[in-house]
Amino acid sequence: MINLDAVTSGNRLALARLLTEVENETQSGVQALDALFVRSGRAHLVGITGAPAKRKSSLVSCLAKHIRDELNNTVAIVAIDPSSPFTGGAILGDRVRMRDLAGDPGVFIRSMASRGELGGLARTTAGVVQVLDAAGFDFILIETVGAGQSEVDIARLAHSTIVVEAPGLGDDIQAIKAGILEIADILVINKADLPGADNTERALRANLDLGYNVRMNHNAAHAVTVTEEEETRSDWTPPVLKTVATQHIGIPEVIEAISRHRDYLKKTGLWAQRDRERLRNEVVHLLQAALVKRWQVKVPSQKFESVLQEVFDRRVSLGAAIDSLINDSYN
Amino acid sequence: MTDKKIRVLIAKPGLDGHDRGAKVVARALRDAGMEVIYTGLRQSPEMIAEAALQEDVNVIGLSILSGAHLVLVPKVIDLVRANGQKEVKVFVGGIIPEEDIPLLTEAGVSAIYGPGTPTTKVVQDIFDTFPSA
Repeated sequence: MINLDAVTSGNRLALARLLTEVENETQSGVQALDALFVRSGRAHLVGITGAPAKRKSSLVSCLAKHIRDELNNTVAIVAIDPSSPFTGGAILGDRVRMRDLAGDPGVFIRSMASRGELGGLARTTAGVVQVLDAAGFDFILIETVGAGQSEVDIARLAHSTIVVEAPGLGDDIQAIKAGILEIADILVINKADLPGADNTERALRANLDLGYNVRMNHNAAHAVTVTEEEETRSDWTPPVLKTVATQHIGIPEVIEAISRHRDYLKKTGLWAQRDRERLRNEVVHLLQAALVKRWQVKVPSQKFESVLQEVFDRRVSLGAAIDSLINDSYN
Repeated sequence: MTDKKIRVLIAKPGLDGHDRGAKVVARALRDAGMEVIYTGLRQSPEMIAEAALQEDVNVIGLSILSGAHLVLVPKVIDLVRANGQKEVKVFVGGIIPEEDIPLLTEAGVSAIYGPGTPTTKVVQDIFDTFPSA
């Protein structure tokens, strides 16, 4: 059993071990999450996402350093890298870019493998973040898997989402596609010392001008859970900021935007609303998992296999198979 | 459903810049289904111990080609133990002279892999130590 007082009073070994339990979804991990829930909800959760090789880790490192040096706040970093779909193994390499943070007791870095999840986070990232929140970190920076166009889970978890781009993102049509750009509260063009930064900035700004109306009119089609939040959200225009993380250029402006976004969320009541949305999502998520588990207990595996066989033989459709599996279990 | 993974830190302490071996081992462990935290070149013992603590690893693999292993390896092990990670296994890969092997073993190194070691040997040793992790 893990000593939760040790976790919340700054014992890093206890914290690290608890994070492993949560990640492995063990009994004691689940119990600890239950116990720590009431102590969570204080940290500012900031998501950093974007395609691979945009130097997200370097940016995260700079942001953390600035938060430590200038704001004197504590920072936890959760950095997610992909698991192999074939072996389940992973190389977690985000720490390579975070060496400037070494030796600082106000920083805690944890790498996570995605373990088969496709939304840019791991299934237990929310739990890991909750523990770090309860442990008292002021900021939690969550760096997603290098994301393509639709890994948008981070927007559900974080209060503020930073989407990192780099010069040469493609033509304007890429910028108006649905998905990752829509979830940005702050847009950062990293590697802005490379040629084409101004074009990228223009394309992103033009897209934001278009995006304003789209959000107002087509809420229902939005991939991220949409509520009345979207109405209010439209009076926040995501700033487009240029950085060169490897040279620490443009970092204060990003921190300033994060603070401004927090003030905005608090002032408009969106902070609490996002929190409610996130918790609602999590309840639905956990409910689904629990129901599946219950169902699995009820349905004998021979029954499952025999229905599957009928599907393989093309004798029964997928829909009919589901019907028969569900109905049988409740009769 | 519990989904336990063996977590391994692969680190290069000291100043030599040859990380091919470290990367080959990291890749082999990944392919064996482990989660490998790779920290890159030129790590101090303090940085390695800190990473091992925060990442709550089961195993630390140190790759050294500089000849400074008798200084760096015991330092890493001392720091890791001082952090309370008593059960973490530490292995060393690189150019280690025959006569230094007993000294490293005494310092707490669980295995030493010289040039030509098949990666399957490293993988198997870890599986043997952590059968169910």
